[in-house]
Amino acid sequence: MKLTANEVEYDFEVDEDTPLLWVLRDTLGMTGTKFACGVAQCGACSVMVDGELQRSCVLPISAVEGRSVSTIEGLSTDNSHPVQQAWIAEDVPQCGYCQSGQIMAATALLERSPNPSDEEIDSAMTNICRCGSYSRIRKAIHRAIG
Amino acid sequence: MINKTVNRRQFLKSSAIAAGGLSLGFALPGCAPEASSEEAAGGSDVSAWLTIDPEGIVTIRVPCSEMGQGVHTSLPMIIAEELDADWQLVRSETAPVTPGFVNPLTGSRGTGGSSAVRRWWPTIAKAGATARDMLLRAAAEQWAVDVSELTVANGIVSHAASNRSAGYGSLAAAAGALEPAMDLPLKTADQYKIIGTPVKRLDTPSKVNGSALFGIDVRIPEMQYATLAASPTFIGNLRSMDESAAMAVRGVQRIISLPAAAQESAGVQDIVAMPDAVAVLADSYWQAKKGLQALNPQFDDGGAASISDATIRAEMIAALSDEDAAVMRNDGDVAQASSGAQRVISADYMAPFLAHLCMEPMNCTAHYKVAEDGGESLEIWAPTQGESHVLNVLQRVFGLSEQQITLHTTLMGGGFGRRFEADFVLQSALISKAAAKPVKLLWSREEDVQHDYYRPTSASRFEVGIDDSGRPVSWRNAVVATSVAKRNFAAALVNGNDPFSIEGAVNIPYDIPNQTVTLKEYHSNIPSGSWRSVGSSHNGFYVESMMDEVAVATGKDPFQLRRELLQNHPRFIAVLNRLEAESNWQSPAAAGRFRGMAVHECFASIVGEVAEISVSDTGAIKVHKMTCVVDCGRVVNPSIIESQLESSMIDGLTAALWGGVRIKEGRIVQSNFHDYRLMRLRETPLMDIHIIDNDEAPGGIGEPGVPPSMPALSNALFAATGRRVRSLPLEA
Repeated sequence: MKLTANEVEYDFEVDEDTPLLWVLRDTLGMTGTKFACGVAQCGACSVMVDGELQRSCVLPISAVEGRSVSTIEGLSTDNSHPVQQAWIAEDVPQCGYCQSGQIMAATALLERSPNPSDEEIDSAMTNICRCGSYSRIRKAIHRAIG
Repeated sequence: MINKTVNRRQFLKSSAIAAGGLSLGFALPGCAPEASSEEAAGGSDVSAWLTIDPEGIVTIRVPCSEMGQGVHTSLPMIIAEELDADWQLVRSETAPVTPGFVNPLTGSRGTGGSSAVRRWWPTIAKAGATARDMLLRAAAEQWAVDVSELTVANGIVSHAASNRSAGYGSLAAAAGALEPAMDLPLKTADQYKIIGTPVKRLDTPSKVNGSALFGIDVRIPEMQYATLAASPTFIGNLRSMDESAAMAVRGVQRIISLPAAAQESAGVQDIVAMPDAVAVLADSYWQAKKGLQALNPQFDDGGAASISDATIRAEMIAALSDEDAAVMRNDGDVAQASSGAQRVISADYMAPFLAHLCMEPMNCTAHYKVAEDGGESLEIWAPTQGESHVLNVLQRVFGLSEQQITLHTTLMGGGFGRRFEADFVLQSALISKAAAKPVKLLWSREEDVQHDYYRPTSASRFEVGIDDSGRPVSWRNAVVATSVAKRNFAAALVNGNDPFSIEGAVNIPYDIPNQTVTLKEYHSNIPSGSWRSVGSSHNGFYVESMMDEVAVATGKDPFQLRRELLQNHPRFIAVLNRLEAESNWQSPAAAGRFRGMAVHECFASIVGEVAEISVSDTGAIKVHKMTCVVDCGRVVNPSIIESQLESSMIDGLTAALWGGVRIKEGRIVQSNFHDYRLMRLRETPLMDIHIIDNDEAPGGIGEPGVPPSMPALSNALFAATGRRVRSLPLEA
């Protein structure tokens, strides 16, 4: 199997039905992308595949072979990405477990709609945060555009 | 209840760390052994609370689990304040699970009860003051001046007369060689520079780039992956499985039975309450999951098939009339006051079992090692809030001593009380021992929903006598609830009764001279556990809903009714007055909007909330705005307080609107987020939060915002519809 993740090419062997999430976490050792439901309900596993936001827990590796994946680790490791900066400025995370997915979803939204309205944020940000950091997520998205 | 003083002398010890800095730790007599010679030499100082390296980086080890509540920032703020550290140079990490990091007030290691700041402040503030004093003395020695001539700010010691200054980093090695001074005076509040300010959380940077390591992220060499299925009815027995099908799945290594009976010989079956289960071990999680599917384990119901929501409700309602309920409070003469009352209003309330649904499913990594000489040891990496509890269980089950078990507390994706339990830790250790391999056990979400230790289900009956002036004069409250303490907090029982069951009911603040509160335990084989705000999560809803019924019955404004009954509680009055003003309570809500209010004290903090809602033609509830006022005493970090209140309100609103597991044939009906609804961003109300800053002792903040949100919402629903919903969830 071949996959490009965060601009690095990987070659590995896994069962074809293995979801991308587990390839990233267990095979490639990128643990920033999280498992929480396994049924594409919560978005903790959100990554970009060829620039499209995807829930990686239900995406078999066979469907993404040869494609380009970017994960939270690919945004920046020094927290310089504007969305990371906004998340820090608003002190968004509590437990932090869902935040990789939230940040990927927000990044995808901002790439599609650089100045999203509250309504756009409402419909795009469907990821679950069990700590209820939603108000700060909204503020951070607005901050990331300003 | 709060602010017990530490009267045992603390023994501090310091050492120069290998890199040439200061390392300061302290041992508490009775809790911790004397430092080993290796520690004293500073080689690997396992009891070092804070270290200062030559670059001036101050690393503070926090003996509390960070599960979102901000404790890895708030406790370092207290130390850094007394240290006069430069906050920009402060880092924090989880303290090792060693006797030096056992709380002196509780004698145990664990995180819960919204207690970290309250329980640790006096102890850790002294560590900061002692380190500061050593750094000052080191500077004085170096410059041959008197300490009294020195000033210190932001981690820099200055001598004005000679125009000299030095950062803590350059003084740390010399300071480490000095004898620590004990019991130094602490700052007064007017001297605070860090406490009371909204400094950024120390853990945020690692949580926005994927580098924060949670329990699920632990990787150790040779590790294999396990997942499991447990008996759906909690008391069923494994009857069949297709081992050959499971072993045929690529990557599957072993099938390991985890019989509930494994707990019995160790006598921990009650406190762990781990059901019969079977695990599949494989080279990857995905293969283990597929192996479990192929294994298709079947459990009998263990005799629980007749249990359903309907049977539980009927039995709890019947138990409300039980004459042998324990009397937990008895003030005045309720019978006499009640018979003399102008009228008595009564109502029955109920609340369901609630799941925790931590975002990070239960998991644990264990390595059970048997050395060539036969010596056994166990190393565990656990996202746990209950280290002492877990260690106790492991020692008993495996017959190991404290020294044979090394436990590492990891970051965790939510706790809410669920991670106090030992089940998933014990399971991982059993699997590792059976397989003779390091093992990461990870549950599916479905297992997590269906094998929780649920917030107790309960029922509550009120009979309130009201006099001619509309004032309540008698208050009878019968509570029926499943017990948390009977299972795993036996030390907390009061005359055999669970005090958690009546938290928020037995201690209502209202000045009602005749009060009786009774408790009857409801037995269930569905296990109960601590859930954010524990007893107050249901009793807060009951009491504040009933108070609203009294207000409606007497035609009184709910704020005014409460004020009349709280004349001896100035802090409550201050919260009420501020809440009334901030919520514009006395001005009508916008057309179609309705408000409800509630106030509740728990964990030494008072929180009042107003919910503003609308209800659609189909009965769907939309929460538009929550106004919240908190008095949590001395404020450490207002930004963390605000985020904890936002979090608590969302938790409470979610539980009130939709929360609860449904039970059919003895098993939990729901299985994942598609059928256990959690609030999402688009449903999140505007939240307007106000903090009353005062000099009172600090209260808790992780939980007290939860209880009032539920009755504030249901009281608003009554205002909107005229219909009193007395059984949660509201949108059943």
